[in-house]
Amino acid sequence: MTAASPPRLLPLNILAHSATTALGAGLDAQRQALAHGRSGLRRNDFGADPLDCWIGRVDGVEEVALPPALAGLECRNNALAWLALQQDGLLDAVAAVVARHGARRVAVVMGTSTSAIGATEEAYARLHTDSAGVAHFPPELQRPRIHTPHALGDFVRAATGLRGPCVTVATACSSSAKVFAQAARLIHAGFADAALVGGVDTLCGSVLFGFHSLQLVATAPCQPFDARRSGLSLGEAGGYAVLERAGAGPETALQLSGYGESSDAHHMSAPHPQGLGARLAMQQALHSAGLEPAQLGYLNLHGTSTPANDGIEATAVAALFPPSLHASSTKGWTGHTLGAAGIVESVFALLALSDGLLPGTLNSTVPDPACGPQIRFDNARADIRHAMNNSFGFGGNNCSLVFGKVG
Amino acid sequence: MREAVVEGIGFWGSGLPDWDAACAWARAGVQPAQVPARPAPMLLAANERRRAPATVAVALEAALAACEAAGREAAELPSVFTSTHGEMSISDYMCTTLASDPRAVSPTRFHNSVHNAAAGYWTIGTGAHVPATAISAGRASFAQGLVEAMAQLAAGSEAVLLVAYDGPACGPLGEVATPCAGLPTLRMALEPCAGTDAADDAGPLSRRLAGNAMQPALPLLEALALERTQVLLPASPDLALRIDIGHG
Repeated sequence: MTAASPPRLLPLNILAHSATTALGAGLDAQRQALAHGRSGLRRNDFGADPLDCWIGRVDGVEEVALPPALAGLECRNNALAWLALQQDGLLDAVAAVVARHGARRVAVVMGTSTSAIGATEEAYARLHTDSAGVAHFPPELQRPRIHTPHALGDFVRAATGLRGPCVTVATACSSSAKVFAQAARLIHAGFADAALVGGVDTLCGSVLFGFHSLQLVATAPCQPFDARRSGLSLGEAGGYAVLERAGAGPETALQLSGYGESSDAHHMSAPHPQGLGARLAMQQALHSAGLEPAQLGYLNLHGTSTPANDGIEATAVAALFPPSLHASSTKGWTGHTLGAAGIVESVFALLALSDGLLPGTLNSTVPDPACGPQIRFDNARADIRHAMNNSFGFGGNNCSLVFGKVG
Repeated sequence: MREAVVEGIGFWGSGLPDWDAACAWARAGVQPAQVPARPAPMLLAANERRRAPATVAVALEAALAACEAAGREAAELPSVFTSTHGEMSISDYMCTTLASDPRAVSPTRFHNSVHNAAAGYWTIGTGAHVPATAISAGRASFAQGLVEAMAQLAAGSEAVLLVAYDGPACGPLGEVATPCAGLPTLRMALEPCAGTDAADDAGPLSRRLAGNAMQPALPLLEALALERTQVLLPASPDLALRIDIGHG
């Protein structure tokens, strides 16, 4: 009876999901650290001349060995992409959708801010100058596939054998939230039946010294929504979700049920002063999920801990949601993982749905005057049905996602 | 199979400053004299027209011309920006500075280093609060941009702006970059390909702008200018995007 009707845009089933952050590899490491209030931030020990700040660095990335089939694709970002891919049955779920639909019908949609630019930075630090005075990359780094924004999507395609549409979304810090929206559209339009989505960003000079140049990096661990906050802590992370058209495979407890995207149209690196873009993204995500604001049980905020973002986001949340909403930023645990923040914090929203663990806001104790009763500093437990994640990026690029629990 | 109408085309390529010039080159091999080295899009504030990254200027110039040709209000169009490399001169600057004096990185160049810089300037310049995205997919960047634009139409958007751009390769990074290189109706489908490569049969625009990384977009523009009926674009190492063109 439904065979002739076009597939619905939403919901999409979530067959598997995982995140690897400074808290450790996989869901259980995230779960334990969130529950016990254990931060993954450490004093900056990245690079030869570290800035005085704190970072969310993933342990074990340097020890990752890629299989021989992926030779030539080695770099820090791909190593973290590989490590994160081995967790929580992701590859089993990929195999299952390939078995149902074929590898050509499974899309790869990955988000990143800087992709493998760390490898490009390394090449520039060790340039070889020839007899004519022209500088070249050292031979071992003359590998075109890692020196491009698409290095991440290309690597995940190679690592999984997926053969559907393959694309890298790079809209700064909203990148790996927007991958869910793009995958939903690809599946709805008939270009794929399932998708592996995710995001990976690794620490590198570009972001550490770049955010430092904008005077946005705190010297102490970040304190989102705290009146005393002085800036962000940068982190690195990778994560994935396997999405499938509802009805095309087994029923799942967790679903992507809505998305909203917007543009601030204000400034390249400062948010809209009235939070217009943030409000539009959240409203559209609720609308697309068919929800009233009061039905939302948890909101994972963008909450970078910069002076500008948090006050504006808190004001937008207070204008839209009732005081009963539990909203928090988890960047005190992981740092701001930039292009991976969308997938990491979507995974935290999914943990809130599956486990009933609603994280608070680590490191923060004195609420900013803009904070309404929605902004929570302490963890709570509740059985909830709907959770949202906010991810906002440079260029005023905003995305909000809604996830739901079935049954 | 998905179908859409091409309502308007905007173009800027070195020596060919608009779509009319591109058509004249494709059809008759003639080109305008005295063309500025880069466009100065009116969407940018006066002080940004010269300072903005060149790819931002090219993308905004072509995007605005496409909206005007389509008779569409730019601020109301969701947009898909696709680029193989983004602004390579900024990547070259960032990596060079980080290797010599990392604390001297310019904050403006840093925020211009994001892949969605052109999309950001576009939404700021037009006052667009609608969604904008920025993607990259190697040689398939243009085809995947088309696929996303078609998917946005299928999801309910009335019209979508697709902007594809790349600039010159530069610096040591440029050496290892992947080889740079009525209204018509587009019907498109992804299909398996066995080594199909549109670049094997380079047309006049492709030959003229050889070496630009967005070259894979040019066969479609040539087909539109020359009223051809089909074009194949590389959409991944395993897939081609077959586009059948109906010329109204």
